Amino acid sequence: MRRDVVACEQLPPERVALVDLLDRLLAGGVVVTGDLVLSIADIDLVHISLRTVLSSVDEYGGIL
Amino acid sequence: MPDLTYLPDLTYLYAVAREPVSSPPGVAGSPVRTVACSGLVAYVSSVPSEQFGEEPLRRSLEDLDWLAETARAHHRVVDAVAAATTTAPVRLVTVYGDEAQVVELLERRAASFTEVLAHVTGRREWGVKAYSSPPEEPAQVGEGRGGGACEGDRQASGRACESDRQAARPGTAYLQRRRATLRGREQARRQALQRADHIHRALTALAAAGYRHRAQDPRLSGRDDVMLLNGAYLVDEARAEEFAALAGRLGGDGVEIRLTGPWAPYSFTVMEPA
Repeated sequence: MRRDVVACEQLPPERVALVDLLDRLLAGGVVVTGDLVLSIADIDLVHISLRTVLSSVDEYGGIL
Repeated sequence: MPDLTYLPDLTYLYAVAREPVSSPPGVAGSPVRTVACSGLVAYVSSVPSEQFGEEPLRRSLEDLDWLAETARAHHRVVDAVAAATTTAPVRLVTVYGDEAQVVELLERRAASFTEVLAHVTGRREWGVKAYSSPPEEPAQVGEGRGGGACEGDRQASGRACESDRQAARPGTAYLQRRRATLRGREQARRQALQRADHIHRALTALAAAGYRHRAQDPRLSGRDDVMLLNGAYLVDEARAEEFAALAGRLGGDGVEIRLTGPWAPYSFTVMEPA
């Protein structure tokens, strides 16, 4: 199997890989301040994107 | 807790654009509407305080299913708006007390939003991920490049032929082998990093802008090979094919390239804080 073939993943929004989406939604986008109830920018992103997601992955996929 | 039912809804902000277009429903299934001010249009929806108030939100964000569902709903709205008009997506979960505060935001930051929208006009974001073989297999990583890994292997087999002499000094042989393996790995790692830098530079040169996201954890991507590059590139619409072709040429020789997109310009809508 060739390992160097470019694959273009042009997917409808509901099929985009969650991990690719979270890269953009947690590290990208306009960050606004003031008058907010809450922005995700206020929360420790490493905490959410890694600890939460990883612990869930471990929970379902772990110890194999 | 009967009081909760009387808490007013909050206002969730998805994106800012220059014109109103139609959008699918947003987070929590509520309809998306637009708020206009200063030549800009904000895409918002009402969300319940019980889920999107500050304290509940901190708890909700720890729930992967909730996070996934919210991220997808947010993306559905941004993607639909970006497909129809130039869009500046806002970071996931940006919640205001009411619509008046969003109007005030558009008024106060109009110049910054206008600048960001001008930067992304006629351009889309493309994702390029590059993977290499796992470092545990240095012979494969260095393949075809005359790398130190192969040299290490040759030394190892040479020593095997001299097994009589080596048997007297098994500790020394082990250390030599170990050193050769580590040297091979270090060299493979350095080559992989250089390769990733080269790919990123080449793609950025063709694009209007480039950004390197943190490499994805293999447990999240579900792949067992190493991610060398997790790049995002803002590309002129007219150069999309050229960009994809270049990404293809940069792969090969032990490196696999995956292209994703086009995305709304999530990675290129950084605004200086007010």
